[in-house]
Amino acid sequence: MLSRVAESLYWMSRYLERAEHTARLLDLNLNLMLDQAPDPDGLRWPRLLESLRVTLRANAKTDAYSVAQALTFDAKNKASIIACMSAARENARQVREQISSEMWEELNQLFLQTKRAGRKWKATPHLFFRGVKEGAHLFQGITDSTLSHSEGWHFIQAGRFIERASATAALLEAHVGELFEPSDSEVEHSDYLDMVGLLKSCTAFEAYCKVYTADLNPERIAEFLLLNPEFPRSVRFAAEMIQTALGAIGELAETRKNGRANRLSGRLRAALSFSQIDEIMGGGLRPYLNDIKRQCAQIHTALYQQYVSYPIEAALRSDGKQPNQ
Amino acid sequence: MTSLDVPTRRPFRAPFRKYQLDNAYDEMFEPSGVPRASYETLHERLGEMAAEELRRRQKAADLSFLHQGITFTVYGREEGTEKIFPYDVLPRIITSGEWTTIERGLIQRITALNLFLKDLYHEGKILNDRVIPREMIYTCRHYRREMRGLRVPREIYISIVGTDLVRLEDGRFAVLEDNLRVPSGVSYMLANRQVIKRVFPGMFSNYGVRPIDQYGQVLLATLRALAPHRDDPTIVLLTPGPYNSAYFEHTFLARQMGIELVEGRDLLVHENVVYMRTTGGLRRVDVIYRRIDDDFIDPLTFRGDTSLGVAGLFNAYRAGNVALANAIGTGIADDKALYAYVPAIIRYYLDEDAILPNIETYLLSDESQRSYVLDNLDKLVVKAVGESGGYGMLIGPHSTAAQREEFRRRIVADPRNYIGQPTLALSRAPCFIDGQVEARCVDLRPYILYGDGITIVPGGLTRVALQRGSLVVNSSQGGGSKDTWVLY
Repeated sequence: MLSRVAESLYWMSRYLERAEHTARLLDLNLNLMLDQAPDPDGLRWPRLLESLRVTLRANAKTDAYSVAQALTFDAKNKASIIACMSAARENARQVREQISSEMWEELNQLFLQTKRAGRKWKATPHLFFRGVKEGAHLFQGITDSTLSHSEGWHFIQAGRFIERASATAALLEAHVGELFEPSDSEVEHSDYLDMVGLLKSCTAFEAYCKVYTADLNPERIAEFLLLNPEFPRSVRFAAEMIQTALGAIGELAETRKNGRANRLSGRLRAALSFSQIDEIMGGGLRPYLNDIKRQCAQIHTALYQQYVSYPIEAALRSDGKQPNQ
Repeated sequence: MTSLDVPTRRPFRAPFRKYQLDNAYDEMFEPSGVPRASYETLHERLGEMAAEELRRRQKAADLSFLHQGITFTVYGREEGTEKIFPYDVLPRIITSGEWTTIERGLIQRITALNLFLKDLYHEGKILNDRVIPREMIYTCRHYRREMRGLRVPREIYISIVGTDLVRLEDGRFAVLEDNLRVPSGVSYMLANRQVIKRVFPGMFSNYGVRPIDQYGQVLLATLRALAPHRDDPTIVLLTPGPYNSAYFEHTFLARQMGIELVEGRDLLVHENVVYMRTTGGLRRVDVIYRRIDDDFIDPLTFRGDTSLGVAGLFNAYRAGNVALANAIGTGIADDKALYAYVPAIIRYYLDEDAILPNIETYLLSDESQRSYVLDNLDKLVVKAVGESGGYGMLIGPHSTAAQREEFRRRIVADPRNYIGQPTLALSRAPCFIDGQVEARCVDLRPYILYGDGITIVPGGLTRVALQRGSLVVNSSQGGGSKDTWVLY
């Protein structure tokens, strides 16, 4: 498969995952606002921005709707939903003949529908964000059932789950303060809502309850979001998917099966499989999460070096005199 | 005058009430108003079919194109605009006898033009013998000095050709244009056939239409024939990318042949060998079906201000490590001024008369021909020699005084860049328009492949000027197309 095609499929999927994640977080936070006392410390929205790894312009307004507006429709803000969706669509367009028509139509329609929503979204934000999330889920379903699960599909999987693993780690990191370092003045009721909020940010509330009951406990929440092997938004689940995808790509590309990307993803997966939450807490949750984000970035770089932007001289040498045909 | 030529014809019945015959050749009707033998069945079926039924089938065809995403891009606006290529459901029919002449004529013409290109870039005998004036060659902007002395694989310069034919008033086919660089439209020929089989299955199977579906295979075999010294060559299609007007066609053909669709940035040249960058490492490329013009193909040799091509490609080509289809520099042979010399070229290399006639052409670099054209701008067609797609063209009878003044100024400033031709009465074919069958101007572009031998799939793209009275069939100028049936 052409490196350029692999690259476009990877980013198409990564950008769409990012748009869906942002939509989910905005939806939830706007909704939480309705249940809670006005945010006295003004912590909520900065925390949201932190978990999305976004900084707004210095003079930007920080009230809820302004932040949501910027994160949704500001095309100049590269992290906004519309910018991510536009980037996903542009990548898809570059490889339009490689994806199924159904995928292209759905992505195109989702982009146009989001763009058209313009100013109207404020009247019914929940409906709007739900449309974005559903569109992204529909696209993933269409992808899984209309595209051959060959090399290209594995690049799509890799993009989606590398994005997901680092996004979940960043989200958890932004909540470490409130979960484990509470100030005395906090009202218990608000803590509870914050914990529910965090779980719901990952659509994990119901899944968590099935494992641990509705007894919310910060350490268990961290354990669930990091180490649960079955929940599709946990970091461990994502790491397993990354390793599967990279393993398959190594097989299908018929080269360098034991490349660096495979090794790094295997290491991340193994670390998550054999970690225990009390050890992690003992060593400090923040550094642990930071390390996961760093490893995700390393896997991304290794994937690029191995399949996309490898140095020409090395590629010419690696197969003896004649590069493989 | 024209209506007096057919004084006895019967009045047309529905759905032909608005159908008009004039002095142009009509594909369906004899001048007397009787349908030609090859069209009898179609004529009969149309008479039986309710307008509603026809409309339903046209709608089904349109939807089918829309869903397949068969589109092209129109230039000249800020951003490329995608459009569905208008499609007419009624087939254009060519008899076996007519096709035999077309086939023989095209094979003769392509053989001669290929010999001409070889001669031109080597000894230049035809110039020494003064059959063609030297300045005609050296003033052509498609002449590539870099190609002199370069041996192209199997001495085939033009592997893929789409020649534009028109039908004269007496029913003979004549050549209007040779497209020897990167002719397009073949995907529409193939898609039109797919659609009509779905829309008129019964009529199609009874008509005895020769198949064209093998085009993809024949094209692949043609490209393989060019491969320099390797048994299992890697063949790729090089596209300028998704913003090109023919991108749909590039994806379509790549899929039909099962070859990789690459852009310039996917390829690189190392020690005069071309590679493509894949996830499995670098892979050697042997044959490139390039859909990029000469100018943009290698920034080191040709235009430097482009990122579409591949740096160093020309050197790899010169070293004989990669084949290009078509070769570089073939545009000299489809220059519209050189066109006037093609009958002489055929006589020079093959010692034969041209089977398919040319359209009379005035060379504006010649003073007496120029003054004739300038005096008759309102009657003639003037074309820029290096343009295609219906751009840079004046149709005298349909032009305004201001447009004629503009062309007069341009011709005087650069006479070599223009030619004049009589305004042709293009033949008319029946088209389904607003619930009625009406006559519209058509041309025909068959596709010729030159590999192990010369092959022409029996068919071609029939382009239609859908506006009443319009003579311009180019898709970029509001033309449409219809399926072409060559009968056994």
